[in-house]
Amino acid sequence: MTAVALTVNGKPVTGDVDPRTLLVQFLRENLRLTGTHVGCDTSQCGACVVHVDGKAVKACTVFVWQIEGANVTTIEGLADPNGPLHPMQEAFREHHGLQCGYCTPGMIMTAVDMVNRKGHELDDPTIRHELEGNLCRCTGYHNIVKAIAAGAKAMKGHVQQQA
Amino acid sequence: MNATGIGAAVRRKEDQRFVTGKGHYTDDVNRPGQCHAYFLRSPHAHARIKNVETKAAAAMPGVLAVLTGAELAADKIGNLICGWMITSKDGSQMKMAAHPAIAHGKANYVGDPVAVVVAETLAQAKDAAEKVNVDYELLTALADPAKAQSEGAPQIHEIAARNTIYQWHLGEAKAVEAAFKSAKHVTRLDFINNRLVPNAIEPRAAIGEYDSGSESLTLWNTTQNPHVARLVMSAFVGLAPEHKLRVIAPDVGGGFGSKIFIYPEEVVCLWAARKVGRPVKWVAERSEAFLTDAHGRDHVTHAEMAFDAEGKATALRVKTIANLGAYMSTFSSSVPTYLYGTLLSGQYEIPAIYCEVDAVYTNTVPVDAYRGAGRPEATFVVERLMEVGAREMGIDPADLRKKNFIKNFPHQTPVIMTYDAGDYHASLKKALEVADYGGFGKRKRESARHDKLRGIGFSTYIEACGIAPSQAVGSLGCGVGLWESAEVRVNPTGSVEVLTGCHQHGQGHETTFAQVVSERLGIPLENVSVVHGDTDKVQFGMGTYGSRSGAVGISAIVKALDKIEAKAKKVAAHMLEAAEGDIVFADGKFTVAGTDKSAAWGEVALNAYIAHKFAGQELEPGLKEGAFYDPTNFTFPAGCHICEVEVDPQTGESEIVAWTAVDDFGTVINPMIVEGQVHGGIAQGVGQALLEGAVYDKDGQLVTGSLMDYCMPRAHDLPALKVEMTRTLSPSNPLGIKGCGEAGAIAAPVAVINAITNAIGSEDLAMPATAQAVWQALQKTQDRRKAA
Repeated sequence: MTAVALTVNGKPVTGDVDPRTLLVQFLRENLRLTGTHVGCDTSQCGACVVHVDGKAVKACTVFVWQIEGANVTTIEGLADPNGPLHPMQEAFREHHGLQCGYCTPGMIMTAVDMVNRKGHELDDPTIRHELEGNLCRCTGYHNIVKAIAAGAKAMKGHVQQQA
Repeated sequence: MNATGIGAAVRRKEDQRFVTGKGHYTDDVNRPGQCHAYFLRSPHAHARIKNVETKAAAAMPGVLAVLTGAELAADKIGNLICGWMITSKDGSQMKMAAHPAIAHGKANYVGDPVAVVVAETLAQAKDAAEKVNVDYELLTALADPAKAQSEGAPQIHEIAARNTIYQWHLGEAKAVEAAFKSAKHVTRLDFINNRLVPNAIEPRAAIGEYDSGSESLTLWNTTQNPHVARLVMSAFVGLAPEHKLRVIAPDVGGGFGSKIFIYPEEVVCLWAARKVGRPVKWVAERSEAFLTDAHGRDHVTHAEMAFDAEGKATALRVKTIANLGAYMSTFSSSVPTYLYGTLLSGQYEIPAIYCEVDAVYTNTVPVDAYRGAGRPEATFVVERLMEVGAREMGIDPADLRKKNFIKNFPHQTPVIMTYDAGDYHASLKKALEVADYGGFGKRKRESARHDKLRGIGFSTYIEACGIAPSQAVGSLGCGVGLWESAEVRVNPTGSVEVLTGCHQHGQGHETTFAQVVSERLGIPLENVSVVHGDTDKVQFGMGTYGSRSGAVGISAIVKALDKIEAKAKKVAAHMLEAAEGDIVFADGKFTVAGTDKSAAWGEVALNAYIAHKFAGQELEPGLKEGAFYDPTNFTFPAGCHICEVEVDPQTGESEIVAWTAVDDFGTVINPMIVEGQVHGGIAQGVGQALLEGAVYDKDGQLVTGSLMDYCMPRAHDLPALKVEMTRTLSPSNPLGIKGCGEAGAIAAPVAVINAITNAIGSEDLAMPATAQAVWQALQKTQDRRKAA
């Protein structure tokens, strides 16, 4: 077993884990943060995307011990649970960017990262290209693209929840 | 219109939990004392199982049980069944082979479970599974449905000679024969409708739990129809009496048909939970999903359409081999028969149709309904023949369709269905405008300047939804009725719970069903909760598939609301000291006609429960009503999709540059949600046309067994979609709803193929039309041109 310590959604957490424990397993099974989903076994679907030190990472591609000390944000930590939604969450709801909801946390975490890297004015081809790593089987992406464009604009001036 | 009622694009109630990570899917459920199941699966497509040695595995750390097919049989756990009996043309019944939840004696596809290991942790179960020693005797495998009936092909099940499950037919062979003899033109085509893997992003999962105190079982399961699952597992598999088995389908992450069926894994989790005395959890890995989720489509077809001198279709003849895989899945038999042959008339007045379907076993994953189920296959046949027929006869494809459209309703087709309402000219006309069909020539020339080949393709599709009138499907062999139930519970404070037998897995029922209640009772949307997916809460229901939840499920709610209103009027009459017949209910208020005396909805609800204003002997207290709604007919959504592509002749790559969808879904409850359903359906249809295809090698190994090998549509594979609607109301349900869930997947594949073949000038193109396939088709055309 391996001892790990990191910060998740602003709170320090520790664990004593089997060294083969993936970050996504640690989040879901040890911390019961089940908003991060597992949709595949080949790092193709993006349902497990979280932010590690501010960057989008597929939580199925890293062992939790590899990110010892890191700052992790999951979908549960994107906005204050008692406050309003994060602008990107709000945009997904407003533009019907989700149906079954399973890919949604990964999509939203990817979208926020996209804005952090590419800015607030995202055109259709940029968004579609940037979604390369996220699969959705329900929406045909049409409304996800709309939601991300609108969410990107709405994020102007938004202060990221501390994570 | 009420601001949150029928027709309003209200934002979804369920989204708050989904965008914040608070959805509650089966894998998010963890039960006290839970252990984990891992299935050891056959790596061979066809093999005799001579022995399964489990001793070494059972001795591994953390292992609680290693169970095999022999123990399943010893415990008298029944087989999985197919619930729709198809009768062959010779009068014999379909050949349903035994399908045990764990293979016993013989494994029939790669992925067939041969043992299950139950352990404290999943890792321990996996480690122990490596110690299970299975002695296989390899048999020749059969993967190609076209070869299944050949002499000398390996026979998979003793019951089915030449691997033939049934030889079904529909229509009038002689009339068709005669029409072909006098035809002016005949269009002939061969198709393969490619095999697809549904790939809902949430993998299937199950947790079985046994409570010895009440001798009852509970199953949490990724299912689209928890009551049907309970019925089958009780009545056929025999796991527990129906009243001792609870099935809970929490949030389900997409289904597309693949989660209708009753699968081996949920049976085994329940059975194992009782054996080990602890909750047993199983979650599919994606690679397992590829190997075990029922696949879709997989038809080999030859079809011919006869036309007269004016281009009127006079007859259609279709011969199809349908691959049902290694076992008959729950509704597999109905898909290539009554969901396929019955739609072969398309939107057209075709006087004579004859269709023959042979269903065969192969050593592949079972095949069953996948979004559209039979109707995309039928649409592909009809719409390819129309398009190619038009090209061969030199008629504009839009004009040929117009010439053949059904104009008068009701219309009896030669293949069972009576279309009740539609206006096919209206949807085509609107689509031609939105797509700027008139400007296509100019755009084609523009593309040519950039060395691209531009093509346009139509699909004027029809589907039968609102599944289904129980008597009708019963007469065709269906083992169940396909009505739907609803219960409306009004609380004393006036808020409402609606219990439905439908199940949502992306469709947004929690919003749309509440909109219907909001409109009818004049109460805010937030005062309505929709309850579904738990057999302990909802008495019975048939689940969600076949675009039935609006047409059938909402109709049941409307019927229950009728009863609620009638009862509430009685209560109001007592409160207002008026005759019941004088009470008018509108905008959430009960008024005595012609007076200013009124009572608000909430006051009436409270009075129904406190029962101070009426004698309980005369009027029962309370306000709760249930209803079962059985539709009078299928519904017939229809429309026109137009796809425009640009093909790069250097690489064969096709880019969809424009998409127009004009659909007639009858009454629309929430246009935002309906458009979303169309977008998703189109994406799946485009996936089938351009990217997706399950490939087995000759030994029955699935070559496309992961998301690395099976190409799912991604955001950059699709364009922005133009979605519009026309409207004729369905006369077969109270609100005039037709259904929208499958339209895109039905319409899209053939629109894409019609567009690409138009661009490249060759009809010889199979799905998926990958860059390689298109490039090869182009080379063949050029070779032919050179030879000529």
